[in-house]
Amino acid sequence: MHELGITQSIVEIAERTAREQHAAKVLSVTVEVGSLSGVVPEALDFCFEACSNGTLLEGAQLLIERIAACARCLDCGREFPLDQLLACCPVCDSAACELLAGEELRIKEMEID
Amino acid sequence: MCIDCGCAPAEHHHHDAPKGKKITIEEDLLAKNNRLAQRNRALFQQHALLVLNLVSSPGSGKTTILETTLTDLQSELAFAVLEGDQQTSNDADRIAATGVPAHQINTGAGCHLDAHMVGHGVEHFDLDATDILMIENVGNLVCPASFDLGEDAKVAVLSVTEGEDKPLKYPQMFRASNLMLINKMDLLPFLRFDLEKCREYAKRVNPQIEIIELSCYSRDGLERWYDWLRSRLTKKKL
Repeated sequence: MHELGITQSIVEIAERTAREQHAAKVLSVTVEVGSLSGVVPEALDFCFEACSNGTLLEGAQLLIERIAACARCLDCGREFPLDQLLACCPVCDSAACELLAGEELRIKEMEID
Repeated sequence: MCIDCGCAPAEHHHHDAPKGKKITIEEDLLAKNNRLAQRNRALFQQHALLVLNLVSSPGSGKTTILETTLTDLQSELAFAVLEGDQQTSNDADRIAATGVPAHQINTGAGCHLDAHMVGHGVEHFDLDATDILMIENVGNLVCPASFDLGEDAKVAVLSVTEGEDKPLKYPQMFRASNLMLINKMDLLPFLRFDLEKCREYAKRVNPQIEIIELSCYSRDGLERWYDWLRSRLTKKKL
């Protein structure tokens, strides 16, 4: 359950930022989660209510933006989507590919009152 | 599940947006761990300490590999061992019985060690008098992959009593590892473990990964593992 620690980080960062802005309340937090980040969005959701209780985030919405993974083939240059870490280029079948997106785990923005 | 309306799965997240002031944050959620890991790394560098993070499923033989390694090499190299488990000090007790300094970290509900725990864990050792710090992570092939501890290398242990397709099932861990130890090789004749496939799967996930097959009971492969340790340490001390 490392999503619990990640969710605590979300609440910590958002609350610190909210205090800097002298906000009374956080209405929503938007988090970007890449499909290869190793984090299950549902588990973040599950932990969020418990972690936000008693903070400026109590009652806030957790908005999760899923980021699809994509890679670039180092041999032919083609960019392509992938649904798991193991991928070969769909054009030239090369296994030498660099990941362009999919490992994100980032708090993007929030709305405060 | 969505806490707002109880809908599942989490795709259904776009309810009417609350009206408030938008603030951009753009902060990595692992930033705090990564900062602490960098601090650990700087400390380890100062002491020219080689630090290895041992990861595997529960029961792959990490602790036995450590016991054997420490017993064989402690006259030549100074080790210290951090043991991570949810509960008990059993593993640290086993290590301490070899005479090597060991400290147990209990993660409680946690499924992995993080940089903060390791930073405090090493306060128990005299780092100037240590060549190699071994960190035995919690037996788990998922979560420890995401948490940098400040180590020089991750060593993934896979035993032949497990499936040869573990690298494909848990690619993140094998991609993050520099070395894979295939353990319990003495049992291979009794099992239907496909060694060649296992090697191929690991290389497919991580073309750079080094692989050493060994057994702590037949002692096959141990010298190759020890040479790997010596050469990594030599590079570190340069």
